[in-house]
Amino acid sequence: MRILIVGAGEVGSSIAANLAKNHDVVVIETDEAVVEDLNFSLDVLAVQGDGTDLEVLEEADVRRADMVIAATDSDETNIVISGTAKTIADIFTIARVKRRRLLTTWEQSQGAFGVDFMVCTDLISAEAIFRTSEVPNAHDVDTFANGLIRMVELNIEVGSPIAGQRVADVDIAETLTFAGIFRDDELIVVTGDTTIEAGDKLVVIGSQEAVQDFAAETAVESPNGIDDVVIIGGSEVGYQTARLFEANGYHPRLIEQDRYRARELSELLTDTTVMESDGTDTEFLKRENVGDADVVIVCLESNEKNLLASLLARKIGAKRTLAIVETAEYADLFEEIGVNIAIDPRLETAEEIVRFTREGHTEKVVMLQHDRAEVLEVEIDDTSWVAGRELVDVVDELPDGVVIGAISRDGELLGPRGATVFEPGDHVVVFVDATVLDEIIHRF
Amino acid sequence: MAWNIEWRASLANLGTMVKYLSISMLVPLFVAVVYSEDIWVFLLSIAITAAAGFALEQLEKEPDLGPSEALLLVSLAWTTASIFGAIPFLLGGLGTESTIGLSLESGSAAVSSIVNALFESTSGFTTTGATVLGEISLERHSHALLLWRQLIQWLGGMGIIVLMIAILPELAVNGAQLMQSEAPGPDLQKLTPRIAETARALWLLYFGFTVLLVMILYGLHLAGFAPKMNLYNAVAHGFTTLPTGGFSPQADSIAAFSAAVQWAIIPFMVVAGTNFALFWHVLKGEAERLYQNSEFRAYTGLLAVFTAVLAAILFGGAAPVLEIGGPTEGLAENSLRHAAFQIGSLLNSTGYANANFAQWNQSAQIFLFFAMFVGGSAGSTGGGVKVVRWLVVLKAIRRELYTTAHPEVVEPVRLAGTVVSEDAIRGITAFTMLYLILFGVGAVFLGLDAGRAGFDLTVLEAASASLATLGNIGPGFGRLGPFGSYLFFPDSSKLLMTLFMWLGRLEIVPVLALFVTGVRDR
Repeated sequence: MRILIVGAGEVGSSIAANLAKNHDVVVIETDEAVVEDLNFSLDVLAVQGDGTDLEVLEEADVRRADMVIAATDSDETNIVISGTAKTIADIFTIARVKRRRLLTTWEQSQGAFGVDFMVCTDLISAEAIFRTSEVPNAHDVDTFANGLIRMVELNIEVGSPIAGQRVADVDIAETLTFAGIFRDDELIVVTGDTTIEAGDKLVVIGSQEAVQDFAAETAVESPNGIDDVVIIGGSEVGYQTARLFEANGYHPRLIEQDRYRARELSELLTDTTVMESDGTDTEFLKRENVGDADVVIVCLESNEKNLLASLLARKIGAKRTLAIVETAEYADLFEEIGVNIAIDPRLETAEEIVRFTREGHTEKVVMLQHDRAEVLEVEIDDTSWVAGRELVDVVDELPDGVVIGAISRDGELLGPRGATVFEPGDHVVVFVDATVLDEIIHRF
Repeated sequence: MAWNIEWRASLANLGTMVKYLSISMLVPLFVAVVYSEDIWVFLLSIAITAAAGFALEQLEKEPDLGPSEALLLVSLAWTTASIFGAIPFLLGGLGTESTIGLSLESGSAAVSSIVNALFESTSGFTTTGATVLGEISLERHSHALLLWRQLIQWLGGMGIIVLMIAILPELAVNGAQLMQSEAPGPDLQKLTPRIAETARALWLLYFGFTVLLVMILYGLHLAGFAPKMNLYNAVAHGFTTLPTGGFSPQADSIAAFSAAVQWAIIPFMVVAGTNFALFWHVLKGEAERLYQNSEFRAYTGLLAVFTAVLAAILFGGAAPVLEIGGPTEGLAENSLRHAAFQIGSLLNSTGYANANFAQWNQSAQIFLFFAMFVGGSAGSTGGGVKVVRWLVVLKAIRRELYTTAHPEVVEPVRLAGTVVSEDAIRGITAFTMLYLILFGVGAVFLGLDAGRAGFDLTVLEAASASLATLGNIGPGFGRLGPFGSYLFFPDSSKLLMTLFMWLGRLEIVPVLALFVTGVRDR
């Protein structure tokens, strides 16, 4: 596939890096220094220029491209780029926006602005934060098949009831599947004999309830859901996160230092208590009992502040902290030092966009542990080789490192059994080791 | 402070208004013809008013209204209307025993009679309903004159300026500014892109409700449920219910009529205290706007709670022996009717009475006094502080208490989900404070003035007189009760109360802004 990426900011360049392996990538960027840097650091063609300029688009050979990803910092620019590309070429357009309203407008009039797919970085980061905070001990949570199927990457902590147990001895619901275990740098394919150890990251796939129940059972101290939510930092992500919590019946507290932004947020958020203060002011955090919070979410403007605020919150007693991490490499470091979960907005965005570059019928892609493994949602059609075959036969033919996690048929969840016969229209959620990914993508 | 106002422009527009006012005098003239009464009073009044109007109009051929001129126009419009509105009273009472007729016996008697007439006229236009008539009866005064008294309340109800904007295209340019200065409540609501259409819509609604009430009242009469509610009375009460006025050609107000009439009037008093813009939305098919409106919910809620409490007090025997209105102890219908009527009348500043509440016991009186502080809704014809202002003030206080415990919390004040700006909160708090201060100062002044003039005025009388005029309510307590009169006050007190009615109708700020700053540079 030939892919044109306009704007090599944080999102643009990380998507470029992700796609460069398998596709021909052309990047358009206004900053000359960045262009030069890209040409050397990635195996892509970087062109200097303004992406709204027809000449520049022609130079980047937009007519030959299959897809354009407009990922500049300006919403309007991205929409203009999509519209322009659409008029001159038969091309799939993806625009990244910051303002949620634009996304809503687009959603209500599909195809508006000449945009085929619109992704709102801050919103999907907020969604990731919300999903992850609701499941105890979760490191990553994602949903598939319209929310019917859920995948959770669980942290198995020291003292967890299942730590030290063999997989075969763990009592789990029928609709739950153990997909894999990340241990140190290794990916372990789960069999009945595998022993779960403290420190493992266990990936399970199943129904919403089954996953939620299992996560609660494996937690060291089983919390009765979350109630007290504190968000530090009123950035766009912080705002969207608060909105999601509100929409789900929570009354979060949000701490924002800037007077005008705090006021603005207090007007936008009806069920959130907005406080104007420095999120790293320990005296204030103690006075407002932030230590009693079930989860503290940090969305400040820099890595350093995010880390500091998370550590402070932990220190005064917060049960769980989630922090935005702006640099992908720091994610692990954050978690080693004591942040429970580091959320990388660029990764979340890349997951949304990458699926369009996959051939076949990939409905959704979730990357785990720096793309060591992926969880895919695939739709089975008439021509698929698995259609009409039993699951047990299919599994035999699949390489190691592939686990069928769950199947949804006509809006209902089927626990995968050996005798299950695949039918066209089924949505299958598969856990795939990245090393066999290329092989598997063409198989469904 | 420089007075760089194109006052000629304001006065010329004022002239147009006066000219139209003379046309409205054709109504009582017609009544005089029908009842074969003296027609010269109104013919002369029309001549004087029309002449003055034409003369003022000559000051400026093409008046250009800026914001300052608009403010001046609004403030002057109400005094001017009151002055010309007093002419029929002065002429009509000339040579009779009427307390508002021009007396030529002595200089001081002439002054007093003019003050009285002005008080009565201002009380009319501002929809206050406080009277200085010694005796309200059709024997003492002509049908035409008493109808004029009713008519000026109706004209003042939806606003003289709003009416002018509705009919005079040249005012539409600065119409929004004009209406903002006149409209009750903190905010002007534009219903249509053109302000003249908004004004027309409001007046049409107002007119429609009035016609409906007149038809119902007269219908009750024809059906035999209301023997005394003849066509004259039906029209007269239609004129003063919708503007939350309170004048009645009957000495015993609504107590003169049957229970059916009293029940029929209650919902219309409630309507009068409601934001008319809401009815416009209801007519547009957005009925949900009515109950989504937090002010309307609070207003109807307050009416219900106050009525329930007062009904309980009355049921318990707060109205022992009454000359008018009858006993309520242990009588459910009587208690409920009196409570609903009196709360519906006093909470939103109408001022009708179906019983002499000034003779109820202390607990009932103090409760009614409390209700008088509420006022109608913004955009209604009611007076007082207005429900929406109390809502904002109370919410701001609640926030103040909360942020004392949590100093970092940033919390906007919301009305039905909509954020009230801090500027608006400041304005509303200042208004409410000013209102309470004026009420207090007024009560003290009236008390001292009574002492100077050497007659007894109880604290409740002084306080209720101050509140009843400032809030455009009308009746007070004691001798100022619903069937009493303000006649016995000295001229100085009456002038203060005239000023209060004017301040109250224009919601203080436009008038004070004239004297403070605001109107400086063009």
